[in-house]
Amino acid sequence: MTTATRAAGTASVSYGNIAIVALIGAILIFTAGLAQSEALHDAAHDVRHATGFPCH
Amino acid sequence: MLTKMLTSALIAGAAAGLIAALLQLFFVQPVLLHAELYEGGERTHFAAASGHDHGAGAAEGHDHAAPAEGHDHAAPVEALAAEGHAAPGIGFDAPRDGLSILFSIVVYSGYGLLLVAAFALSEARGHTVSAREGLLWGVAGFVAVQMAPAFGLAPELPGMAAADINARALWWIMTVLLSAGGLWLVAFGRNWTVWALALVMLALPHVVGAPHPADFTGPTPPELAAQFAGRALGVGLAAWAVLGLFATTLWTRARAA
Repeated sequence: MTTATRAAGTASVSYGNIAIVALIGAILIFTAGLAQSEALHDAAHDVRHATGFPCH
Repeated sequence: MLTKMLTSALIAGAAAGLIAALLQLFFVQPVLLHAELYEGGERTHFAAASGHDHGAGAAEGHDHAAPAEGHDHAAPVEALAAEGHAAPGIGFDAPRDGLSILFSIVVYSGYGLLLVAAFALSEARGHTVSAREGLLWGVAGFVAVQMAPAFGLAPELPGMAAADINARALWWIMTVLLSAGGLWLVAFGRNWTVWALALVMLALPHVVGAPHPADFTGPTPPELAAQFAGRALGVGLAAWAVLGLFATTLWTRARAA
């Protein structure tokens, strides 16, 4: 998966894996915080307000 | 290594999300519920858990600009809070608050994944993350996704006047990206050119300015709105501190295993 070598005790992670993890994170945040579907808005309403997302 | 990243991020995110939810329900939710009384008479945003007749109340309830009648804005907050708790539909609401806990965990799991991705990116570029950096990463994350957007768009109470949702969402996303990038360059930049660029990235969203409505006509008392904004940011800082500490601790252990 990766060709980079790191100092002892330090992990080496490929840029592909970093992108996958970041993408999953962004999807979760978008779904819970920003997606404007009516059902999602109602369910996540209080968290959106309390976490400072722009909401309705 | 992908599995280690995911488990570190999700465990830290779930823990931070749970703590954030409990703090929100205790400190922030009472202010939010109180504000909903002002938002439009009996209207609540949460149709599924509401016992109110939305058909009858919809006409007046949707008029956000209508003044909240029957509430004396000059009355002491304690008296209004007591009145609010006695009103129908106010109190612990299991489905509504259960969903808040669930979505808080989802949001902070998302933040945790981005944070661990940032750890790995910094390590791919020669840095070594230590558990003791957790607070620093957490505070930086808080600034990027909550403090910087709040500088332009303070956490909103239901019923507050606001500009178009799409304009605000776009400004929010651009602010988070520029702030996160700017903080990254502050932390990992090595010369003044990079740090100057970082300052520009951090300042730009606020120089441009967040979208705001032409008139501030919301019915929410400013005292409640100020308390809500302060508490929302305080809870966010606490949750992000937990997220940063848990994520660095779990990641450094998983990485070494």
